[in-house]
Amino acid sequence: MAKIVFKHPESLKENIFHYCPGCGHSIVHRLVAEVIDEMGIRGITIGVPPAGCAVLAYNYFDVDMIEALHGRGPAMATAIKRCLPDRLVFSYQGDGDLAAIGIAESFHAANRGENISVIFINNAVYGMTGGQMAPTTMLNQRSTTTPAGRKQAVDGYPVKVSEIFSRLDGATYVERCAVSSPTGVNKTKKAIRKAFQCQMAGLGFSLVEVLSLCPTNWKLSSVDSCKYIDEVMSKVFPPGVYKDQTGQSGKTAEARP
Amino acid sequence: MNKILMSGNNVIGEAAIRAGCRFYAGYPITPQNELTEYMAEHMRNAEGGVFIQSESEVAAINMIAGAAAAGVRVMTSSSGPGISLKQEGISSMAAQELPGIIVNIMRGGPGLGNILPSQGDYFQATRGGGHGDYRTIVFAPGSCQELADLTMDAFDLADKYRTPAMILADGMMGQMMEPVIFKKPKPRQYPEKFMLRGAGSGKSKFIRGLLLDPVDSEAHNWKLARKYEVISENETRCEEHRIDDAKLVIVAYGTAARIAKGAIKRLRSHDMKIGLFRPITLWPFPEMRLRTLSEKVNNFLVFEMSTGQMLEDVRLALQGYADIEFHGRPGGAVPTPAELANVIARVYEQKD
Repeated sequence: MAKIVFKHPESLKENIFHYCPGCGHSIVHRLVAEVIDEMGIRGITIGVPPAGCAVLAYNYFDVDMIEALHGRGPAMATAIKRCLPDRLVFSYQGDGDLAAIGIAESFHAANRGENISVIFINNAVYGMTGGQMAPTTMLNQRSTTTPAGRKQAVDGYPVKVSEIFSRLDGATYVERCAVSSPTGVNKTKKAIRKAFQCQMAGLGFSLVEVLSLCPTNWKLSSVDSCKYIDEVMSKVFPPGVYKDQTGQSGKTAEARP
Repeated sequence: MNKILMSGNNVIGEAAIRAGCRFYAGYPITPQNELTEYMAEHMRNAEGGVFIQSESEVAAINMIAGAAAAGVRVMTSSSGPGISLKQEGISSMAAQELPGIIVNIMRGGPGLGNILPSQGDYFQATRGGGHGDYRTIVFAPGSCQELADLTMDAFDLADKYRTPAMILADGMMGQMMEPVIFKKPKPRQYPEKFMLRGAGSGKSKFIRGLLLDPVDSEAHNWKLARKYEVISENETRCEEHRIDDAKLVIVAYGTAARIAKGAIKRLRSHDMKIGLFRPITLWPFPEMRLRTLSEKVNNFLVFEMSTGQMLEDVRLALQGYADIEFHGRPGGAVPTPAELANVIARVYEQKD
């Protein structure tokens, strides 16, 4: 009998993605769904999609989901997890959602060491609204609101989420990955699994930053977008494990009131 | 049942916990801090109780939305400026049909204003406050006993109609102490089908507020509107005080109504026939009852600790069938019953 080595994840509905061709969301959605399948946690998972391109994530994930207002996902996820501590609760956020309008909610959820997981899609641009500057837009990168490129003098610097969040005592596991290559995709999946395992073990806050493609707003082909991540984005946002305290004993959820 | 002497802020907290509230999130702001502190102290001893001091009022309202979705009875509290921050979340809870209690212990405004008792948030409370076509049930308690009773009732109504409800009191109500008897709360009736607790082996659910298709979105808006109509028909509450022979009726709520009662007592001892109409729900506003009253009373005096907000609802209710005068003390000014009695007497004598 033939062994199935690849199939549609059960935690992913069969709806066709509305995302643009080449968009990284479709890849990350699939990875999250595969991890949920493999861990056998579909029935206890609650997802919190953001305002942004992934706002319709509930059309794709076959798990319980509640749409959060822009940036408020970690506040909602905090509450859901505190009320239902044995569920897996993840928020799925873009760069505007996490690092601009929702920086307070994200920062403090991490700082409290909430036992939730954040999947953070960093594509250095506002996708849904049509390509404006994101907090993670790089210096000199063009967007519809930085037509001459992001200038430090008026726009400030790109926010480095993994670097900042890994410095918070409340964060247990922080990794930055990129879905620009098969190796990167595999690494991203591993990171997502590790984040979810961290949560299921009650070890605290986990965040996986994913450097993701936005060919539409970058005005690049998919292939060139992958190159852009590898050659430009990865220099500003180097992938890697920024914090991993999952192996340390003593960092447990016991501190939870 | 024993009477307990408690301050208003603490009464709300105790009533909430007795009513089964098991999630509270809030951010300190005067004059409601005692409520946040009460929840911090007493949620610890309530089984399954969660207290979070949130990083902001914005986070707090979104936290209670999340906990409400998880199927827990929830409450947050704040005052004026903080309630303004909560508006996006209140609008979203109305859209997502999540039950929850928002307490506003009003202070002087606009802007930072001051920390004294005021009633300037009437428009914000009764007109929805946030964006979009929605309403919030608004209770205006007039005593610590009512703070207890109405807080419990608010939880029941929020569940029944799956909508946020507000307790609108002010710094005076929050700080004053009165003896209270806590009634026995009703058992909660909130179907599991509305709770988001993981799909188990069944079908997954989602709760959303974004409806891109105008057909869906319009239908959702009309569905909410029909719900608000049912609430208006069934949940309006008011108190009528000494109106049987009244020639002039004061219309006031909350602390203003208490002051008015004191003034009426004085004036009645001078044989002035003055009564009080006190809305207990501000939305839905008891407009039919007030209109009926205008069949036998021609003169009304609206008294608010604001420049005149409920005044508009009184005008809408009376539709020109009676004369309406107004006395207002905005910005944290609180008149004494004696001062108000002088104002009322002047109006009464003009009309007599």
